[in-house]
Amino acid sequence: MDKQPLTARELDTFVQEASVAERWIRVGMDTGGIAAGAQEVYDALIEARDSSGLDIDIQQTGSIGLSYADPVVLVGGNDLPTLVLGDMDADSARELFAGYFRDGRLLDDRVIATKDRGTDFDGTQQQVILVKDTGDGDSHHRTTIFQNLIREDLEARGLDQKIAVVRALDMGLYHRGVCVQMLPSRVTYASVTGADIRRLVDESLRNGIVLDDLLVPGGDPQERISMRNCGSIDPSELESYLRAGGYQGLKRALVDMNPEQVIEELKTSGLRGRGGAGYPTWLKWKNTRGQESDRRIVICNADEGDPGAFMDRSILEGDPHSVLEGMLIAAYAIGADTGFFYIRVEYPLAVKRVQKAIKQCREAGLLGENILGTGFSFDAKVRFGAGAFVCGEETALIASIEGRRGSPEPRPPYPSIKGLWGKPTSINNVETLATVSAILEKDGNWYAGFGTEESRGTKVFAVTGKVRNPQLVEVPMGTPIRTIIEDICGGAGHGSPIKAVQTGGPSGGVIPVDKMDTPVTYEALLELGSIMGSGGMLVMDESDSMVDVAKFYLGFCVEESCGKCAPCRVGGFQMLSLLKKIHAGDGVVSDLDTLRDICVCMQTASLCGLGQTAPNPVLSTLKYFEHEYLDLVTTPETVTSNGKGRKHG
Amino acid sequence: MNADGELEKLVEWVEGVRKRVHEIAGEWQDEEGSLIMILHAIQDEIGYIPRGVANELAKATGISLARIYEVITFYTYFRLTPPGNHEIHVCMGTACYLRGAESIQAKLLQQIDLMKAAGGAKDDFQVDCVRCIGCCGLSPAVVMDGKTYGRLNPEDSPEILKQKPGV
Repeated sequence: MDKQPLTARELDTFVQEASVAERWIRVGMDTGGIAAGAQEVYDALIEARDSSGLDIDIQQTGSIGLSYADPVVLVGGNDLPTLVLGDMDADSARELFAGYFRDGRLLDDRVIATKDRGTDFDGTQQQVILVKDTGDGDSHHRTTIFQNLIREDLEARGLDQKIAVVRALDMGLYHRGVCVQMLPSRVTYASVTGADIRRLVDESLRNGIVLDDLLVPGGDPQERISMRNCGSIDPSELESYLRAGGYQGLKRALVDMNPEQVIEELKTSGLRGRGGAGYPTWLKWKNTRGQESDRRIVICNADEGDPGAFMDRSILEGDPHSVLEGMLIAAYAIGADTGFFYIRVEYPLAVKRVQKAIKQCREAGLLGENILGTGFSFDAKVRFGAGAFVCGEETALIASIEGRRGSPEPRPPYPSIKGLWGKPTSINNVETLATVSAILEKDGNWYAGFGTEESRGTKVFAVTGKVRNPQLVEVPMGTPIRTIIEDICGGAGHGSPIKAVQTGGPSGGVIPVDKMDTPVTYEALLELGSIMGSGGMLVMDESDSMVDVAKFYLGFCVEESCGKCAPCRVGGFQMLSLLKKIHAGDGVVSDLDTLRDICVCMQTASLCGLGQTAPNPVLSTLKYFEHEYLDLVTTPETVTSNGKGRKHG
Repeated sequence: MNADGELEKLVEWVEGVRKRVHEIAGEWQDEEGSLIMILHAIQDEIGYIPRGVANELAKATGISLARIYEVITFYTYFRLTPPGNHEIHVCMGTACYLRGAESIQAKLLQQIDLMKAAGGAKDDFQVDCVRCIGCCGLSPAVVMDGKTYGRLNPEDSPEILKQKPGV
């Protein structure tokens, strides 16, 4: 790219000229992917390509969210839909390259079937059959038997050279017996028995007839808006983002709208802050804009500290420009000239990618004076956190940027009135800003079309813990928790049934398994005594002790308490002592009442969100799993969570 | 090397550090919100923030030593003492905790003690618990010298120590 500032018209040429290479491979290289060996996979692919002389585009991308299968690669070409392969390593990368692009061979136990399933063959010749036994027991053995049976049948019909039968890593279906997915049609069958194989081959593969009794209809419950480019663009290239429609939202805001109209568009969209509190984004901007001041500031809160939440890291690593674009739009709407990314120093790759994105935008004239020739000027800078969870709280965050201890201040005044250096400041979360750029690129009504009346749009969840396939999930608000945990993530994954799901991290609560049909909205989760929070969803099974989990979260808050106000400093410490005592089996029944009393005191009297919400994990485990506490304080002999028997005197 | 030679080397090192502190402070002079960024830059170079350096920084920036100490001691990332040769960070995020992070930490410490007792470890390992590193899909995970090791089995976790020279 030349170093002349980009004009609004030039932006469009990137979108118009965007073309996808005929055959390509993308390697998911976020922190998780790299930790699992994505760099080795990438290097092996590059080496294989260079020695093969084949013209294949190999690109580094962020993560598409399938953490359980890292390292993940995406493959396009051979007239098949995009293939997702997981559990890769250098050897399988070489094998994939040599096999797939030379003669269409695919690796066994790597391909992840799509949930976006087809319903007819449209007269196309199928090339690949993915097969997997999704039942319990020795499923690998059964999968191999079915693979061989289908192969034999294809051979008998002379189709074995045309159709490959490949064992899948994951079918996107669980406890549905043997499943097959045919490509390119994506038609998927479940509960396939040995007797069905002949019909599969004769009717479906030879004559293109769909077997309705086996068909699993389509429908991926996910909707990617905040994560729209994660895993599909190169996060270290501005042009890659521009070709995907990047900075079109900014252009629309700057060229076609005034700041009030931008705020109005956000109001139409119904977007609420994705950092946890769910305050309407448009209102925050309106309040900031409404302040008389010589200067206003916008901050991106990228201090993602909730244990078990990694959506912000994934977005910053996979699509940093979408967040920067959101920040530019926010700045235009509120009339800010400076923006700060406050990023956890524990996220070095995210820091690097954001710094690079800022540098690229300065060179392209998307940051600086007179952006896109519209007279709007703005610059963005990066500031690091230093390992203090409380700095995710907005007044503490401001103190930290100002070079002070991260102690929260009482609110009001809110930062929108009196923020960084006393100037009106709008603080928005990473996911919120990545969504803002999507909303401005399309429009507010489009976004409001997802989700529920009160909770519009989509939300990213990080599903972890005792679940089969831990991953990032982006679903429309209102999707039942069960759909997320069971349909998308495969349900229990460690041999024991699911007991509860914890949402909202250390500020949230547990939701017992019998309430899993609850839709995820800000309101519904509050009603259950939990919160949306930043989107962590920790799955716990019958082997996990709820008292232990409450102790874990409270211990976290006690360590992270800044110590400024007594309810949080003293109350947290006292509660933790009680929980330790109970967990060790030395508690008495009245301890539970004391716990409840301290909880109420902390909730009411603490200065900031950390102390006010720290009791939530304790209260909600007491609400739904009081028997586990009682078992520990009343039973003369108890088996504690570490499995050791213990006797009372 | 004689004692004088070592002393000269030390004086030279101190002079070098003093110069760098002023250079770093100078780079950030016109920037807003710079103190924590300066401390990061110093710790990146020296590995920790010695008292003398904090004192020098106070002179270079005009920020009082008390203020600088207030900040260094508040944020867990900043260190007042030198780190070990090898830093091991055991992730204590929720997902890792549920999958045995505590027992991984115990096993690592046990193995390091054993190695020390056997005289086999020339290097110094420092084991710390850290907040969620955001690799929950790979839980339980450990970061050693910047490289992440995921999906560890608590029983086998001490194996990662063998990846380092001096062991």
